Amino acid sequence: MKPRQQRMLAVGLVVVGVAVAALFTLQALKDNMMFFVSVSDVVAGEYPQDRNFRLGGLVLAGSVEREEDSLEMTFKVTDMRCEVPVSYTGVLPDLFREGQGVVAHGRLDGSGVFIADTILAKHDENYMAPEVADSLVDHVADQTAPLTEYTTGCNEQ
Amino acid sequence: MWKFIHKLASPPHFYNLAPKLVPWFTVPGVLLVAYGVYAGLFLAPADYQQGDAFRIIYIHVPSAYLSMMAYMIMAVSAAIGLIWRIKLSHAVAAAAAPLGAWFTFLALATGSIWGRPMWGTWWEWGDPRLTSELIMLFVYFGYMALRAAIDDTAKADKASAVLALVGAVNVPIIHFSVEWWSSLHQGATLLRKDGPAMDPSMLYPLLAMILAFTFLFGALLTRRIRTEVLFRERRTRWVKDMVLSAKGRN
Repeated sequence: MKPRQQRMLAVGLVVVGVAVAALFTLQALKDNMMFFVSVSDVVAGEYPQDRNFRLGGLVLAGSVEREEDSLEMTFKVTDMRCEVPVSYTGVLPDLFREGQGVVAHGRLDGSGVFIADTILAKHDENYMAPEVADSLVDHVADQTAPLTEYTTGCNEQ
Repeated sequence: MWKFIHKLASPPHFYNLAPKLVPWFTVPGVLLVAYGVYAGLFLAPADYQQGDAFRIIYIHVPSAYLSMMAYMIMAVSAAIGLIWRIKLSHAVAAAAAPLGAWFTFLALATGSIWGRPMWGTWWEWGDPRLTSELIMLFVYFGYMALRAAIDDTAKADKASAVLALVGAVNVPIIHFSVEWWSSLHQGATLLRKDGPAMDPSMLYPLLAMILAFTFLFGALLTRRIRTEVLFRERRTRWVKDMVLSAKGRN
């Protein structure tokens, strides 16, 4: 083997070796790499029991209820299969909307309500002009409304 | 073909060629920025959810893309330099690093500014997209620090090239982080199987800005490589001759 081919092999081995090492590391840390836990996983009990965690999903349309004289509010987070009720007191980000993605940080209380101390809005990858979005509103509403049909297999319900 | 590449890779040839190349990057770059900024700020409609705040995308996405593109240029040049011992390609890697670091910083800063009103947070530790991009900034810093710490250029080239190769594993992690793990950051808008999820009136200015940033990056990179070549060759015959003949003209 010529010296140049040896160097080519060495470079190739470094790249492949690091990639394999990264793959194993990330695989081992898989659960820790998740920024949030999905609603179905929370309902199935697969969430960190001993510490606060983040719950991610969509704000269920029509579920947002605000107190009259305080910043206290409750809403439901859904992944189109299951729902988790969330209680929160504080200021919401601009993008917080019914039907939009949300990431709540906090813990579950004994009765299955998620007590959030922080609410972050998660934006989706779609960019549209308002008038285009208006024409899609009916369509979006169709997607988010009939949730109860999908709740089979969700033991919370 | 090989003769052409050998000639291009010769430091004095590149040094003389670079000034002729730069305008081919600068002129289209400036024209595209002019169109992109005007169309992005005035022609594109406000977003249905984010309003006018979405317009930061016209800086954020090109910066983020170039932060990764610059890294790939750096890593590939470093590999070519290691394997074929081409001095110019080490100069390319060294010249690309600070530019890549700046674009990484721009991507992080604009993302943070957008994240505060939209997500409700400047920064979230533990988010895979944010964290992997930050790691890339640190790899750039490490690369530049390592180069600066070694006086012998040939040794600095080799050591930093290995670091660049090791850090390259992070680039696909950044790109796919939003697919592999749950993330606060949204998924890809442009590089999707079913085409860009963006209104054409918003998309064209974005594509123009991506192209514009690429051209301007090319202009900056070419100039930086030229300076890097001059510094590396400062003790060679051709640089001395050039300096002497320039003095003679005065």
